Amino acid sequence: MNKFGYSVAQPRVIDYESNDRSLSEYLNALEPSFRRCIECGGCSATCTAAAYTSFSLRELHVLIRRGESRKIQSALKKCMLCGKCTLVCPRGVNTRNVITLARNFKVSLNNAV
Amino acid sequence: MNTDVVVIGGGAAGMEAAGRIAQAGYSVSVLEKKSETGGNLVNWYQLFPDRKDSREVLGYLNNVVRNEKLKMLTSTSVKSVDRQKGVYRIKTSSGEIIDTEAIVVATGFDLFKSERKEEYGYGIYENVYSSADLEKMFRAAEVKLKNGTLPQKIGMVHCVGSRDEKSGNIYCSKLCCVTAVKQAIELREMLPASKVFCFYMDMRMGGAHYEELYLEAQEKHSVNFIRGKVSEVGEAHNGKLIVKVEDTLAGRPLRMELDMLVLMAGMEMSGGGKEISELLDLDTGDNRFFKSTDNHFGSNMSNSEGVFYAGTCIAPMSIPETISHARAAAVDVIQYLKSAK
Repeated sequence: MNKFGYSVAQPRVIDYESNDRSLSEYLNALEPSFRRCIECGGCSATCTAAAYTSFSLRELHVLIRRGESRKIQSALKKCMLCGKCTLVCPRGVNTRNVITLARNFKVSLNNAV
Repeated sequence: MNTDVVVIGGGAAGMEAAGRIAQAGYSVSVLEKKSETGGNLVNWYQLFPDRKDSREVLGYLNNVVRNEKLKMLTSTSVKSVDRQKGVYRIKTSSGEIIDTEAIVVATGFDLFKSERKEEYGYGIYENVYSSADLEKMFRAAEVKLKNGTLPQKIGMVHCVGSRDEKSGNIYCSKLCCVTAVKQAIELREMLPASKVFCFYMDMRMGGAHYEELYLEAQEKHSVNFIRGKVSEVGEAHNGKLIVKVEDTLAGRPLRMELDMLVLMAGMEMSGGGKEISELLDLDTGDNRFFKSTDNHFGSNMSNSEGVFYAGTCIAPMSIPETISHARAAAVDVIQYLKSAK
């Protein structure tokens, strides 16, 4: 609790060097279609969860790629695995399998805030 | 000397246009100010999208210009031009006087000089290269840092001198994106341990088979694409390059250390083209390239009777587009000569 209205601003910069991208590498290896994403956002546009919550599969993809693990775990829970994103993806990314694999990948996420 | 046609410029466009006009039975003189023909093509290693060796295209062009009706005058530039009674009188740098009925301007493009974008450190930091520098390294089969070691992390900066008001070029050079993708693949093949990052504003993969190459770069070669224009590059005490970019898809700034940076230089109106535009009083557009009389059906036509355009002197073009445009120029020239006689 901060009684005085002061806070320490956390740096917003994505520090690529210190980030842990092991989840990204894990997905690249187990679901190679993960590499094909061009961040078009079609998945998020069709997503029912995205219509009612702040969940965005497109954003999640970027965060995983950059190793920004802080937000990943809570985001992964919002997906209902309906698979509509897989149907619309123009690049043929097996998005549902990406989510399933990412949920099973706990090792580095345990370190996440 | 009398000739039917003078072609100014001995690059891909000039060679193709001259060869086709000569094949139709007209006499042609090609003026090339450099000592060798081929223009910018001689500086390239492999060409997108199929990675054809540029020497194959040069071989084809050398064949096209092999014609007894065609005179190739290298190390020769235009000194002055006069027009009297429908005939152009050209004085060359070697003192020759050539009378001709028609002129094909094929003065090509110059690559944007990367040092003009000072914030990227070209010519300041030793491991910042241009796309043309990288082609030279590919040809020599040796991609190394200045200290002799192999680069582990390489960045490619798109739109250097293109889509950039600060460079005075608001147009898209349209070939740098696919060149970056091609070079990224070549780097990954040559240096399998390396990581390659492309920093782009938009991936403009409009040409035939470009998008497929982009997909191949992602899927087969694990090239990373980060959307955002690099704002500045610094050098750390350990010699690493520090890149600052807004990751526009994450909506946050991103900082990365790289061993090597390649700047994808855009295309500009050539210096030779500027001289010719003044000598022949030819119109140029806001983008400084030559201005055709019509963008749809007159792209080879100039504002001067008997003067035609071929290739990248009017806009950035790929090699196949350049060759097609030069052939179209040849058709216009032949028609002009026929109707004049």
